Amino acid sequence: MEKKNLVMIGNGMAGVRTIEEILKFSPEAFKITIFGDEPHPNYNRIQLSTVLQGDTVVEDIILNSWEWYKENQIELFTGEAVTQIDPDKKQVISEKGRTVPYDELIIATGSSSFILPVPGADKSGVTGFRDIKDCEIMIKTAKDYKKAAVIGGGLLGLEAARGLLNLGMEVDVIHLMPHLMERQLDAAASKMLKQELESQGMNFLMEKQTAEILGEDRVTGLRFTDGSEIEADLIVMAVGIKPNVQLAKDSGIYVNRGIVVDDYMRTNIQNVYAVGECAEHREIVYGLVAPLYEQGKVLASSVCGMETKPYEGSLVGTGLKVSGVDLFSAGEIEDDPKTKAIKVHNEFDGVYKKILIRDNTIAGIVLYGETKDSSRLFRMMVKKEDVSGMTSVSILESGCCGGGGDSSDVATMANEEIVCGCNGVSKGTIVDAIKTKELTTVDEVGSCTNAGRSCGRCKSLISDILAHTLGDKYDTAAKKTALCGCTDLSRDEVVAEIKEKGLTSIKEVMNVLGWKQEEGCSKCRPALNYYLGMILQEQYLDERDSRLVNEKMHANIQKDGTYSVVPRMYGGVTTAADLKKIAEVAEKYDVPLVKLTGGQRIGLFGVNKEDLPAMWEDLGMPSGYAYGKTLRTVKTCVGAKFCRFGTQDSMGLGIELEKKFERLDTPHKVKMGVSACPRNCAEAGIKDFGVVGIDGGWEIYVAGNGGTDLRAGDLLETVKTKEEVMELIGAFMQYYRETANYLERTSKWVERVGLDHVKGILADENTRKELNERLDKTLEKYNEPWNEAIENKEIQEKYYQKREIPGKPILV
Amino acid sequence: MQKIHVADYAALPERAGQVVDLGGEQIVLFRLSNGEVKAVENRSPHPKGGTLGEGLVSGEYLYCPVYDWKISLNDGKVQAPDQGQVKIYQVDRDGEQVFVVK
Ligand code: SRM
Ligand SMILES: Cc1cc2nc3c(=O)[nH]c(=O)nc-3n(C[C@H](O)[C@H](O)[C@H](O)COP(=O)(O)OP(=O)(O)OC[C@H]3O[C@@H](n4cnc5c(N)ncnc54)[C@H](O)[C@@H]3O)c2cc1C
Ligand code: SF4
Ligand code: FES
Repeated sequence: MEKKNLVMIGNGMAGVRTIEEILKFSPEAFKITIFGDEPHPNYNRIQLSTVLQGDTVVEDIILNSWEWYKENQIELFTGEAVTQIDPDKKQVISEKGRTVPYDELIIATGSSSFILPVPGADKSGVTGFRDIKDCEIMIKTAKDYKKAAVIGGGLLGLEAARGLLNLGMEVDVIHLMPHLMERQLDAAASKMLKQELESQGMNFLMEKQTAEILGEDRVTGLRFTDGSEIEADLIVMAVGIKPNVQLAKDSGIYVNRGIVVDDYMRTNIQNVYAVGECAEHREIVYGLVAPLYEQGKVLASSVCGMETKPYEGSLVGTGLKVSGVDLFSAGEIEDDPKTKAIKVHNEFDGVYKKILIRDNTIAGIVLYGETKDSSRLFRMMVKKEDVSGMTSVSILESGCCGGGGDSSDVATMANEEIVCGCNGVSKGTIVDAIKTKELTTVDEVGSCTNAGRSCGRCKSLISDILAHTLGDKYDTAAKKTALCGCTDLSRDEVVAEIKEKGLTSIKEVMNVLGWKQEEGCSKCRPALNYYLGMILQEQYLDERDSRLVNEKMHANIQKDGTYSVVPRMYGGVTTAADLKKIAEVAEKYDVPLVKLTGGQRIGLFGVNKEDLPAMWEDLGMPSGYAYGKTLRTVKTCVGAKFCRFGTQDSMGLGIELEKKFERLDTPHKVKMGVSACPRNCAEAGIKDFGVVGIDGGWEIYVAGNGGTDLRAGDLLETVKTKEEVMELIGAFMQYYRETANYLERTSKWVERVGLDHVKGILADENTRKELNERLDKTLEKYNEPWNEAIENKEIQEKYYQKREIPGKPILV
Repeated sequence: MQKIHVADYAALPERAGQVVDLGGEQIVLFRLSNGEVKAVENRSPHPKGGTLGEGLVSGEYLYCPVYDWKISLNDGKVQAPDQGQVKIYQVDRDGEQVFVVK
């Protein structure tokens, strides 16, 4: 089937989440193109506050790496705005004149900071607080200037102000209304918040309206409508946001405050949808991610042509990401004659709670100073639970005095209770994921369920749930082992950092991650070389000098500095001609030992380093990699072609396997065996991968080992065809490559992660397919190393020569 | 003492040992990433012997290719927990020419 063209305008949080959902539903249905006018991949805008406050850096808030787009075959144009939509021709045109046709179009243009239209608003030193660029302006200004003014005492304004304080600036916050965050807090809570922030060093100018921004080219201050003035070198406008709708409007799409959509996120024009902060649904434009992600889910199903419940709007809860402030608000905030309120005001501990009840259900929540109950109360509100039978104490379970009981501990938390408000993930979902997917870290929970991937407020709760679900195992998992003495980071952390930060070389990894020994050691260098090659399937330039001697020389060093040469003999099958060649070479180079190896082939031992290239040339056979962390041998039995018991062509399959997987870098060496009946003459039961022919099929065994710790392989699956064998082994191999520690054999790895876990992963056809795709991509990059050495003089000189002295000794 | 022109600087690859035969005595030259050239005897300090030429070079250290001992290229000392010493040679450089003094 021809893929449909899906185009998305806007590369932000709501849009890209929608794409993630679409990829989950129908990974193959669309050819996806995304335009984003920022120069970055999708990042966590919410965390800009933490970036400004200095707790994270921009690289850490990337949600979808460049790799992710590539892996999902999404064509991404960044730094390129779409300027026109042509619904008749069904195409979009960018500012660079690029025209892209669509079958389905998603508008996810988000919103922009609202800049007050006062005189002087265009001066340099005036910024909004919306994107990375704004953050960079603020960080840079803080280096050269002292005084900042933030206009707007709402969520954004206060988070910006806190950040500017951290950057060492003096901060005035100007607010039009008598109370801060008046849309989320009542007077009492607002007063407590103001006191706290004042004690942190913010200065508030309340009930002031800006009339003019003063200064020549650059701002020097502000004048208010009452005539008073203040000085300022930086002005941050945080008075609100305005949806980016101009493009849609110009193209004839119906726009009110936002782009108007129905319950399936459809605009008035066929095949054009809108989602996120640019969309207006039932007269509401949302400005927090939780509802936007709900919209994204519904939109994804409708674009994929799947049945879905309509989107009927959301209730939202708000927090404030300022350290020292614990606050939650949702729904109504002011009492009226028809509401009854439960209030707790403990000034001594700085705790304030107000639950507004209307018609026996919760209609509003304001919590300040202690927010433990927030998710439970919020759920009761969303579900409109009848509270008439409850006492006020049981509604406010954690009590009135700060510390309270620990009834909201994870143990007693109901399964349907929402843990991550931003992503709508319940405790039950998290516990299930931890159990079935054997997750051990907060980040893993995030990548499986999305919990914790937005504002991050729920991360400590997720960690508690992990600890509670895993018990002792969590502690051991948490006690990570460092990669080597050069770093405190574990294997998983290093791999995650490489992916997230887009690191591309060993040197870069060591620099960016603060290696203690500048150029690493003999443990981390080969490991990093492996991990980089595994992650950057095509682009990575292998660093030969970071491989240990055998892999660097493509021959196994012996105790006296000579080498062994073991050519490939696919499936242990050879020919008289090849045997003759081996014999001639052995004679010509005076090879001290010719021996059949334990891997069904012939080894030439005790060869001088300088002779290696010439010998390889004379042999004219590929390297058998008897020295590498890669596929070694595939042992086969004679099988159905000759043996009276044989049920399958074991030699044929063995050779096919060896030809496919040879040269592939793996965490440790990998061996295979193929027998044609359960007598198992090829000893397939003690191989990393063992295949045993049976009548009408093949049994696949994995994780066997015949070495130091003898281990019989586990039956992975019984399949009918050779193709299925290749597909399963490919997927298993790639999953091993992606998750094992360097120098961990399949046997140890399977014992660590559990066979059921691997089976669970491989059960999904799509996952298998993706694993195989990554594997195949990797396999494409390899060259035959012996041949390379023969043809490349530089390699010969660098690695295989003994040098002559150019001059005569001089007596000194 | 003799000063022997053992190689031209430009011909020495970074971080890959080059073995030179000095009348029966084998010496390995290592050009470090910081540009310095070090010379050691091509013999592992491990009691079982073996060569050093193909070891992995990290900063001013060499990891023995046969037994993975960590050896300082400045003074030839084997680093704890192992013990031993490799013979090192003084290296002189005169522009392009690299000399070993012995
Ligand atoms: C040549 C060969 C012995 C022989 O004369 O037959 C051999 C030779 C070496 N083996 Fe082996 N192994 C050889 C088959 C095996 C087998 C049998 C097999 O593959 O069916 C095993 C047990 C099966 C297995 O691995 O599950 C085997 C288990 C080991 C181990 C233990 C691995 C383990 O995970 O427990 C090591 C040590 C290591 O890799 O860390 C090892 C390491 C070595 C090294 C590479 C040690 C080294 O680093 O120098 C030996 C190189 C000798 C040399 O001078 O080149 N060799 N080694 C065999 C080469 C087969 C080939 O054609 O590639
Ligand atoms: C500092 C800060 C803190 C926040 N804190 C929270 C919080 O704690 N909790 C919470 O839930 N939410 C928070 N938010 C809000 C949240 O970030 C947004 O709701 C969310 O990012 C909206 O997603 P979106 O995809 O609709 O828009 P965006 O993420 O803004 O993405 C839209 C993208 O489209 C691009 N674009 C626009 N027009 C075009 C065009 N014509 N062509 C190409 N590209 C275009 C824009 O440049 C932008 O990159 C915060 C926001 C900020 C700025
Ligand atoms: S495993 Fe079975 S088919 Fe293969 S050689 Fe042995 S007896 Fe014959
Ligand atoms: S609550 Fe925001 S990420 Fe979980």
